[in-house]
Amino acid sequence: MSRVFTIEKYSREFLIDLLKKMILIRRFEEKAGQMYGLQKIGGFCHLYIGQEAVAVGSIAALDLSEDYVLTTYRDHGHALACGMDPKVLMAELYGKITGCSKGKGGSMHLFDVENHMYGGHGIVGSHIPLATGVALKLKYKGEAGVVACYFGDGAIHQGSFHESLNMAKIWDLPIVYICENNQYGMGTNYERISSVRDFYKMGRSYGIPGKQVDGMNVLEVYEEMLQAVRIARESGLSSFLEIKTYRYRGHSMSDPAKYRTREELDEYRQQDPILLFKDALIEYGIISEDDYKAMDNECKVISNNAAEFAEMSEEPGLETLYEDVLA
Amino acid sequence: MPIITYRDALREAMDEEMARDENVILLGEEVAEYNGAYKVSQGLWDKYGSGRVIDTPITEEGFTGVGIGAAMAGLRPIVEWMTVNFSIMALDQVINNAAKMRYMSGGQFNVPIVFRGPNGPAEYLAAQHSQALQTLFVHIPGLKVVAPATPYDAKGLLKSAIRDDNPVIFLEGELMYQWKGEVPDGEYLIPIGKADIKREGEDVTIVTYSKPLRVVEEAAAELAKRGIEAEIVDLRSLRPLDEETIYRSVKKTNRCVVVDESWPMVSVASHVGWMVSRNCFDDLDAPVELVTSEDVPMPYNHRLELAVQPSVEKVIKAVQKVMYLV
Ligand SMILES: Cc1ncc(C[n+]2csc(CCOP(=O)(O)OP(=O)(O)O)c2C)c(N)n1
Ligand SMILES: [Mg+2]
Repeated sequence: MSRVFTIEKYSREFLIDLLKKMILIRRFEEKAGQMYGLQKIGGFCHLYIGQEAVAVGSIAALDLSEDYVLTTYRDHGHALACGMDPKVLMAELYGKITGCSKGKGGSMHLFDVENHMYGGHGIVGSHIPLATGVALKLKYKGEAGVVACYFGDGAIHQGSFHESLNMAKIWDLPIVYICENNQYGMGTNYERISSVRDFYKMGRSYGIPGKQVDGMNVLEVYEEMLQAVRIARESGLSSFLEIKTYRYRGHSMSDPAKYRTREELDEYRQQDPILLFKDALIEYGIISEDDYKAMDNECKVISNNAAEFAEMSEEPGLETLYEDVLA
Repeated sequence: MPIITYRDALREAMDEEMARDENVILLGEEVAEYNGAYKVSQGLWDKYGSGRVIDTPITEEGFTGVGIGAAMAGLRPIVEWMTVNFSIMALDQVINNAAKMRYMSGGQFNVPIVFRGPNGPAEYLAAQHSQALQTLFVHIPGLKVVAPATPYDAKGLLKSAIRDDNPVIFLEGELMYQWKGEVPDGEYLIPIGKADIKREGEDVTIVTYSKPLRVVEEAAAELAKRGIEAEIVDLRSLRPLDEETIYRSVKKTNRCVVVDESWPMVSVASHVGWMVSRNCFDDLDAPVELVTSEDVPMPYNHRLELAVQPSVEKVIKAVQKVMYLV
């Protein structure tokens, strides 16, 4: 696949910010994986490595003072792209009181009401109506915002997706549905369980325009999202993006991912969203290899500090058990 | 006698029943090519092929309903819910269709289907993935509900469930899959609706089922060191409930503690507690005590999640209470 990076359209700061956010996600996730191995983190831990360009490119097109994000359990990347503090995220993964959900949510349930990051949802497809409901609120209140709703290729067959698109259309809600097609729902390739090959067409049966986007090209993701957001903001209409991507790791930490070949994985590693973008930035003279290394080091330090912060933090006390059951 | 895991016992049951009856099929997420999210169906796809061991999309309401329709028309599907947490998406199918079909058709339709999967808390999974949801099913007439705690019971009960002409909810446990126990070679069945005395004792009856059985056994061993002999009644089936076995035990010991890892309100524990209070009133030397999970969603933090669930200490304390030792 030949990729075009429209570098010349953007400021240096903007481009570097995109790259840095992607690197931070990569390093944060590697750290999380490592700490999972050391049993500092438990349960299901779904890493975002390989998909960084999706969250970073699309969330860059949002203004989180008025826009909203909802996503799945594979939520670390979105949380970081929303500007959440890596320390607070890692602390949540460790189950500490300093975590964003006070240690009660863990890896799958990252929330930040102020940054308009509305979770972190564990039940496949279940949050798609919630996102649609947030869009209903925006319309009802006459607010300018837009909702970005992320879900996987596995989630797209749930009734909740289809029911939501229909409602979004009949009520003209300002929402962008984003299917992160990383090609597998757990161990199942999407083609094995879908009657439709190209998901972006699925929106059309509800009158919602869809587009297929290269999820390894952060600028393409940004530009397509920008358009979808503009449509939502200006005309109050929904759209649907199928963003083709790939996860390098298993579904969660316990999945050895034997259902795919080494060759397939290597092929995608050749199209690494971070390396592709880095190379483009170097080619255009925006950064040097040394700049990249410095950024990478900085992100490693941030991730290490996050782990250290999590380690040093207190566990929630037993008295918190009955807190927050009801308002 | 061979010692096998709970997981293998379930697989053997499905394998034997699939070999015996071609109407038995297995469907669910990742059950075929991936051999099951928890490897319960290991090898079955290889053996029986894609026609009988069927990978579904992630559409619980859809494939649960498909199973029910197929059962109405004569197949005997086993529907695997990857975990029972996800069955909530399919509750309409279970409650409005599977449980009602025979009754509202005046007996014209049977729904011979098994819904099975891991229920109850595992570890570090937080509120949406760590729930003991048996009460939702036990509440519903038209369903049978089974929750075995040993490999032996799991195999014999799953075979009975598959042969049963009614919808059976079969509740397993993620943390129980690697539990080991004796399972004889060759076929045997355990009838649905029969409790089992897992330990005999004179001093107190502890009624439990599913994963807490281990906690209760540990507590009983500890109590024995202190001179208290507990009798453990493992319900195995929650609906129908073997009331006779419970009453017989309580009439012998005169004291009763019920241990249940679901929430306290309107639970199997509260129901058993009420029945024992009502039907063994004259025999009881103390009010029935319940040990349940705390009345909160499951927190992620490990210390908190352990504090939520029944523990050896909590069981011992409840026993001491019905014996007026605290
Ligand atoms: C309703 C429901 N069914 C099953 C699961 C178990 N499960 C968690 S993630 C997953 C696969 C989802 O795949 P996809 O939507 O492609 O997202 P990805 O994990 O690839 O990001 C499954 C089956 C669940 N969490 N919720
Ligand atoms: Mg996927």
